Amino acid sequence: MKNKKKTSILKVARVIRSKNSGPFELTLDIMFKERRYYQLFKEKKIITPAKIAHLYGISKAEVLKIVYFEPSQAIKITLRRKIPSGAPGDTDIYGAQQHAPLLYLTF
Amino acid sequence: MKNQKNKKRLPPFKILSTTAILGYGFPESSFKRGLSKKPDLIAADAGSTDPGPYYLGSGKSFTNRTAVKRDLRLMIKAGVERKIPVIIGSAGGSGARPHLEWCLDIVREIAREENLHFRLGIARADVDKDVVLKALNQKKIKPMPFVSELTPEAIFQSENIVAQMGIEPFVKLLQKGSEVIIAGRSYDPAVFAALPIYLGYAPGLAFHLGKILECAAIAATPGSGSDCALGILEEDDFILEALSPERKFTPQSAAAHTLYEKSDPYQLPGPGGMIDLRECSFEDIGNGRVRVRGSKFIPADPYTIKIEGARLIGFRSISIAGVRDPIMITKIDSILKSVEIKVREILKDNGNNGKIYFHVYGKNGVMGELEPIKKILSPELGIVIETIGKTQEEADSLLALTRSILLHYGYEGRISTAGNLAFPFSPSDVAMGKVYEFSIYHLMEIDDPANFKTEIEEL
Repeated sequence: MKNKKKTSILKVARVIRSKNSGPFELTLDIMFKERRYYQLFKEKKIITPAKIAHLYGISKAEVLKIVYFEPSQAIKITLRRKIPSGAPGDTDIYGAQQHAPLLYLTF
Repeated sequence: MKNQKNKKRLPPFKILSTTAILGYGFPESSFKRGLSKKPDLIAADAGSTDPGPYYLGSGKSFTNRTAVKRDLRLMIKAGVERKIPVIIGSAGGSGARPHLEWCLDIVREIAREENLHFRLGIARADVDKDVVLKALNQKKIKPMPFVSELTPEAIFQSENIVAQMGIEPFVKLLQKGSEVIIAGRSYDPAVFAALPIYLGYAPGLAFHLGKILECAAIAATPGSGSDCALGILEEDDFILEALSPERKFTPQSAAAHTLYEKSDPYQLPGPGGMIDLRECSFEDIGNGRVRVRGSKFIPADPYTIKIEGARLIGFRSISIAGVRDPIMITKIDSILKSVEIKVREILKDNGNNGKIYFHVYGKNGVMGELEPIKKILSPELGIVIETIGKTQEEADSLLALTRSILLHYGYEGRISTAGNLAFPFSPSDVAMGKVYEFSIYHLMEIDDPANFKTEIEEL
């Protein structure tokens, strides 16, 4: 790619969401509009634990796993919840509004 | 077994899933359309840990009684009249004894009101503390990821401990001729998969279908948790069918659902094994239907089940207020810090060590520490002052003090000297009651997966 200008993930993603995966994990899904974008992200390893850690201001150890799911052309990222669901200090019991940092991702 | 030539092929087994969580409702038109397909099973999952630890700890349902009764009435009436088994899992939301009793009470009420007579199967999910302690001592308990090791203290402190049962207790109750089964905490797909697996259908397909049907029409497009869906299990595949003309299943919608609320979409662990979707395919077969193949079940040895517990950690009070002063907004962090210091100074001799949390909406109220944007961009802030004390009185008095100090705090540069907070309500403070946290979220090895307490009741 000669064009060095970065592209927003919003140009290629159809769904970006977050949700609890049990009370101790937060899981983030990115589903792509087209298969080629999914392939691009997969091949170029655009999503890495380091990048997620940077976006969320957490350590890499708090990124449990990143899974590529072919049938949905989706990437799933699972994080440790800083505070388990409903424990004192929690801000989002269902974990449904923790996806926003992903929307700032460029590549 | 599969290669036996003389084996009779299994006929399609139709499962009508009514709603994502019992009490979330479903249109009667969809339900009737589902019944017209002559289902072999009507089932719904009634629970989740998603609404947080309060419900398991307090023994209360997160669903509304009137709504649950409405859903159950339609399901039980149709099932009993047509001789179709009706199965409900995770009764009352969290599926411990008080939740199950709450749901059973509704079932008996419906039977009386509708003059329905049937054999009711009951499966209890409560696990005795002694059993958990013994398993802990035998090193048969492992934490789920990011959960700390279980301690005897956590076991003793838990109000309710439940285990997610697999299909075995359901099978036991079906063998005894149950027409309606109400179970405590259950693995979500179990209510859909138990009967077909018992009849000989492939566990991988049955569990995967159950995993999709437990959310009813959420896996269709447009998705809805308050609409029915039909699953047709066959020998080598299953078919998903929407029951409302406004929705359909697509390979993408069905596959996308497989991602929902889980950390790895290829390998879904459950009681006694794992659903393996690595070779799974989703195919559009027209008319809004999707065929799914290749889902496998890999049994695990030893058999493990997930156990859940919640413990009381105190009492909560909250106050809601707004801030519009731009000078105050720029200094909000230091103001809140100073307010807490002042509160602690005043209380230092009275033993109130309650906790204070400021949820600052417009700054990082939603994401807390994870919020990447540090600069406040909003002209106003919403502040929820939260206190947690050992007693309600401790939480209340800590809140009253924190609220009044913040209201009149003379921060540096203040020119608005009449009050720092806009309260939308009088009274400004609300006693929220008991606060719980998840104390157990672990896997426990068990010898006999059918060893849940079951009962039969003739209604």
